[in-house]
Amino acid sequence: MDIKAYIVLALTLFTIGIIGVLVRRNAIIIFMCVELMLNAVNLLLVAFSKMHAVSAAVKASPTYASDAQIFVFFIMIVAAAEVSVGLAIIVMLYRNTHSVDVNFLNRLKN
Amino acid sequence: MSNVLQIAWLIPILPLIGFIINGAGRNNLSKGVSGFIGSAVVFASFLLSIYVFIQVKNGHTDVLHYFNFINIESLKIAFDFKLDQLSSLFLLIITGVGFLIHVYSTSYMHEEPAKDFAKYFAFLNLFVFSMLLLVMGANYVIMFIGWEGVGLCSYLLIGYWFRNNDYTIAAKKAFIMNRIGDLGFLLAVFWLIAKVGTVSFDEVFSTVNLAKLTLTDKTGITLLLFIGATGKSAQIPLYTWLPDAMAGPTPVSALIHAATMVTAGIYMIARSNILYTMAPLTQGVIAIVGLATAVLAATIALKQNDIKKVLAYSTVSQLGIMFLGLGVGAYTGAVFHVMTHAFFKALLFLGAGSVIHAMSGEQDMRNMGGLKKHMNITHLTFLLGCLAIAGMPPFSGFFSKDEILAAAYANNPLLWGIGVITAMMTAFYMFRLYAMTFLGKFRGTHDQEHHLHESPFAMTFPLIILALLAVIGGWVGIPEVFMHGGHKLEAFLEPVFANTNEYVNAHHPHEHLSPSKEYILMGVSVAGALIALLYAWNKFSKYEKTELPSTGFAKLLENKWYVDEIYQSIIIQPLRSLSVFFNNVIEKKGIDGFVNGTGKAVNYGSRQLRWLQSGQVGAYVLLMVIGILVLFIIQLFL
Amino acid sequence: MGNYITFPELLIWLPMLAGILCFISKKEQSAKTIALIFSLIVLVISAVSLFYTDSKFATWNIVNYFYPNNIGNSFYVGLDGTGRLLTFLTALAFPVIFIATYKNNYKNAASFYGLMLLTQSGLMGVFCAMDALLFYFFWELALIPVYFLCSKWGGEKRIQATFKFFVYTFTGSLLMLIGIIYVYLHTPGRAFDDNTSSVHSFALNAFMNASLSASEQNWLFWLFFIAFAVKMPIFPFHTWQPDTYDQSPTSVTMVLSGVMVKMGLFGLIRWLIPIFPLATVKFSHIIIILSVIGIIYASFIAIVQDNLKKLVAYSSIAHIGLMCAAIFAMNQLSVQGVLLQMFNHGINIIGLWIVIELLEKQTGVKHISQLSGVANRAPVLTILLVIIALANIALPLTNAFTGEFLMLSGLYQFNVWYTVAAGLGIILAAVYTLNMIRNVFYGNTNSVVDTVNEISFNEKFILGFIVCLIFIIGIYPQPVIDLTKSAVTELITKIK
Repeated sequence: MDIKAYIVLALTLFTIGIIGVLVRRNAIIIFMCVELMLNAVNLLLVAFSKMHAVSAAVKASPTYASDAQIFVFFIMIVAAAEVSVGLAIIVMLYRNTHSVDVNFLNRLKN
Repeated sequence: MSNVLQIAWLIPILPLIGFIINGAGRNNLSKGVSGFIGSAVVFASFLLSIYVFIQVKNGHTDVLHYFNFINIESLKIAFDFKLDQLSSLFLLIITGVGFLIHVYSTSYMHEEPAKDFAKYFAFLNLFVFSMLLLVMGANYVIMFIGWEGVGLCSYLLIGYWFRNNDYTIAAKKAFIMNRIGDLGFLLAVFWLIAKVGTVSFDEVFSTVNLAKLTLTDKTGITLLLFIGATGKSAQIPLYTWLPDAMAGPTPVSALIHAATMVTAGIYMIARSNILYTMAPLTQGVIAIVGLATAVLAATIALKQNDIKKVLAYSTVSQLGIMFLGLGVGAYTGAVFHVMTHAFFKALLFLGAGSVIHAMSGEQDMRNMGGLKKHMNITHLTFLLGCLAIAGMPPFSGFFSKDEILAAAYANNPLLWGIGVITAMMTAFYMFRLYAMTFLGKFRGTHDQEHHLHESPFAMTFPLIILALLAVIGGWVGIPEVFMHGGHKLEAFLEPVFANTNEYVNAHHPHEHLSPSKEYILMGVSVAGALIALLYAWNKFSKYEKTELPSTGFAKLLENKWYVDEIYQSIIIQPLRSLSVFFNNVIEKKGIDGFVNGTGKAVNYGSRQLRWLQSGQVGAYVLLMVIGILVLFIIQLFL
Repeated sequence: MGNYITFPELLIWLPMLAGILCFISKKEQSAKTIALIFSLIVLVISAVSLFYTDSKFATWNIVNYFYPNNIGNSFYVGLDGTGRLLTFLTALAFPVIFIATYKNNYKNAASFYGLMLLTQSGLMGVFCAMDALLFYFFWELALIPVYFLCSKWGGEKRIQATFKFFVYTFTGSLLMLIGIIYVYLHTPGRAFDDNTSSVHSFALNAFMNASLSASEQNWLFWLFFIAFAVKMPIFPFHTWQPDTYDQSPTSVTMVLSGVMVKMGLFGLIRWLIPIFPLATVKFSHIIIILSVIGIIYASFIAIVQDNLKKLVAYSSIAHIGLMCAAIFAMNQLSVQGVLLQMFNHGINIIGLWIVIELLEKQTGVKHISQLSGVANRAPVLTILLVIIALANIALPLTNAFTGEFLMLSGLYQFNVWYTVAAGLGIILAAVYTLNMIRNVFYGNTNSVVDTVNEISFNEKFILGFIVCLIFIIGIYPQPVIDLTKSAVTELITKIK
């Protein structure tokens, strides 16, 4: 399949993510959009990895086509950890303010 | 001591000691003691001055070296005293007349509290000290020390009654006017240092050093020195302080205006005679300024009603005549007139003081009249003084004024003509003063009339002595046409002006006036003065007080040609506005504005930038995205 | 290298030690005593050092310590004629200030006196340093305590004033630091006694021999000059001064005006001119013109000042302007005059401040228009003030006359018209000084002045002392001239 299709898909996802972050005020949705952007990048990473694996030199390598994919796993793990911390903050936030609207949170004090 | 003149350092030091004792002990000394100390030190100086004068007359002139005031490689200024004919003559005048004024003051100032009395004598002594320093200094710097010193003392003495605002303003004015002149003096000294590297009289006037000076240098230096002289000796344009200086006690006026301070300028120019002779342009300027001052002041004096103001303007006028003498090269004549003027003007001021004393402080002549009956000695001595200043033969003023006028005629008959007119005005206003004060009937209040009395002996004694001097003082300078070898003063001062005479004879010897012409000139001026005198006598002995305000020209004269007002509006006011402008606009708005503006700009900028830091996560992200997009665009398209 | 303590070291370390003792002592009375005693000891040492000027006493006057493997810096201090004069002025000023303000009570007196003494130490260091880095160090050491003194013990608007002072002086200092580093990078190496050597050197001699092209000198000159000009201050860098003088506690103002402004002049003489002779000659006209503008400008402003302290501040600006102009006239008369006048100005202005402090303490007022007729209440104070004020306007036989005479005379040889303009300053000085005397001291008393009492003994003593100095130097200035003669000649030969 043409690499362009992957790029278009990833860009679309990424843009949806950005727009989501910019326009929504619900912390959970912003969070989901951030994840969306992250995964758009992941998708791109995997796609490029696959594309480069076509060349002969890479095929000869013992770690054939696996570098980028391992990176993606790393990113997913870190993202999972981040999600747990982020969700925990949001839960604490909700307990304190009974809201998950980010515009209420423009002050660090109190 | 090897040198007979070595003792001369005591002459200025004695008054200084008097100043210190009176100044330090002013809370403890009784009036009698401080008055005695003040007078005694000056008397001692006077005796020493006589000694010095005799030695000098016997040919012992000398420069006495004490210590080096400033000594660096390129300039050496020694603390030296020069004792020669000129300075010894001035020593006599200063200490002699000064002593009489001290004696007079012990009585005149008797009403003052003891503390102020001692202060007054301390200042008088300091004044005498400064004046002695001025005439004894052997170089321009020592002279300048005395020069500024007398300025300071006149400031202190004019402002003696320091609680009165007008008096302190007059004192300030005197000091500042003097300071303006002093700047000219200083610049002349700098010029000398730059050109010849020395300020000592003997070295500057030596042939070698004179040759180093171009004509421009000489003209420049002499003009600058003359500016100094206009300040000290009250000539146009710096004369206005002197009439205001009448705020001081009357004996101070006598001391400042008659004997000493104002003659400093004449002394300085006479001392620098060779420089002036070699700078004809300056001489012309001096003659014109002197004559203009003489005429201007005389016209003002015609309409003044304050007895001291009349005398003050007459002083300015007489000083103008002296400068005329200097300007036409009659140095001896000018010095001669300084001497006779010291006698008769001190006499007139002290006489006026005696009158004011009798009138309980009244100075307006319109309220006087008929005092002749009450004050015999004052009246008689005053009359003699008036005759002397009016130039009546054989009183002293005749000889000295005539000498100057004769020299002026030789220079330019026009100068002589204006001089004679001034002399006529002098006779007129002096006899107007005399008649209004002593003749006619008393116009003051009843209380004043009741109080009228002759002054005590301590005041009349100096009057008598001065009257005597005013009569006979001129006889040391009898013109050649009257008596061969009669001009003793000229013979005495000859060494001082030897260089000048030599130079004049070598370059443009002026022909002597024929005796017949000289008689005619004298006759004209005496006749003119006599007419003016008699006219004034007649007119003002029947003077009646009128309330009519004067108009036209008389008003102009009464208001002193509005010179003070003109100075006020064209010099003082603009300068004041400039100060305010500097302070409010340039300083506060300009420089401080710039400095504070920098601070304010930073503050303002920060306050504006602060809005970016809103705390809205969305805003941050948006900025971030825009930033990334900008970077992309730069990367991809540029 | 001496095995014993030298004069400069004593002069620097003793005040510092005393300052630290003051901080430790905590109690007001003991801090006062320590400050007074130590400052008197320093005065004695400094006075003694005046007699050991001969070159055979070199080891007593100059010392050079260094660390192994340094970058070309060392603790290199020494006294020459100029330094000796100014360290003596510093040593003289502090006890005078301490005695004159002995009765003042300061909050937290221990730190006040501690900071004052640290300032003294810094000043001494500035006047002794022969090493650029050390010079910079002491320069800042002298300034920083003053900053704290003003901001903690000053008047109402002290924060604003101190801030201005701080920004001005530190901008200047930083520019100078840049200059020092640049020159340092162009200096020849330096060998030390322990057989090590460095590539570059901070020593004064090395700075003078730095290989700088004419164009480099031109801009480096301004980096240094601005630092010094701010300190002096020269128009148009002066606006910090009136505010700071007005707002600081008076004893700090005395230090600032009496001694600290001399740092700027000293910097010109010791560092700027010898290091950049070409640029000095090139820019001398510009600087003299600035100075002369400053003289007239400050004098005019002084005429309309109502605040006594600001009046003295502007008068000081005018006087310093004349000194700066005279330095750049660069001949023997003018430079000699400056050295003489630096000392005189220090004495006179401290005297003026003492009088103003006395008036302000008794009446609580510092505006001329609110005072009147003080002479009725305090004649002795008036007499002393009049003498000091007359010295301030350079009346003959007072100390300032000789200085101003020499300076103007030297300036005249440089250029006539500058002298005429500077001479106008003399007239204007008479105007504002006499105005001040007239308004404050003459006339009848008003309600504010009615409470004024005659001054006490120690105030009389200290003012009397100042007046005596004024007359002694005024009548016989030769000792001061002799002290600094060789320094002048040295400086002049540098420039020729």
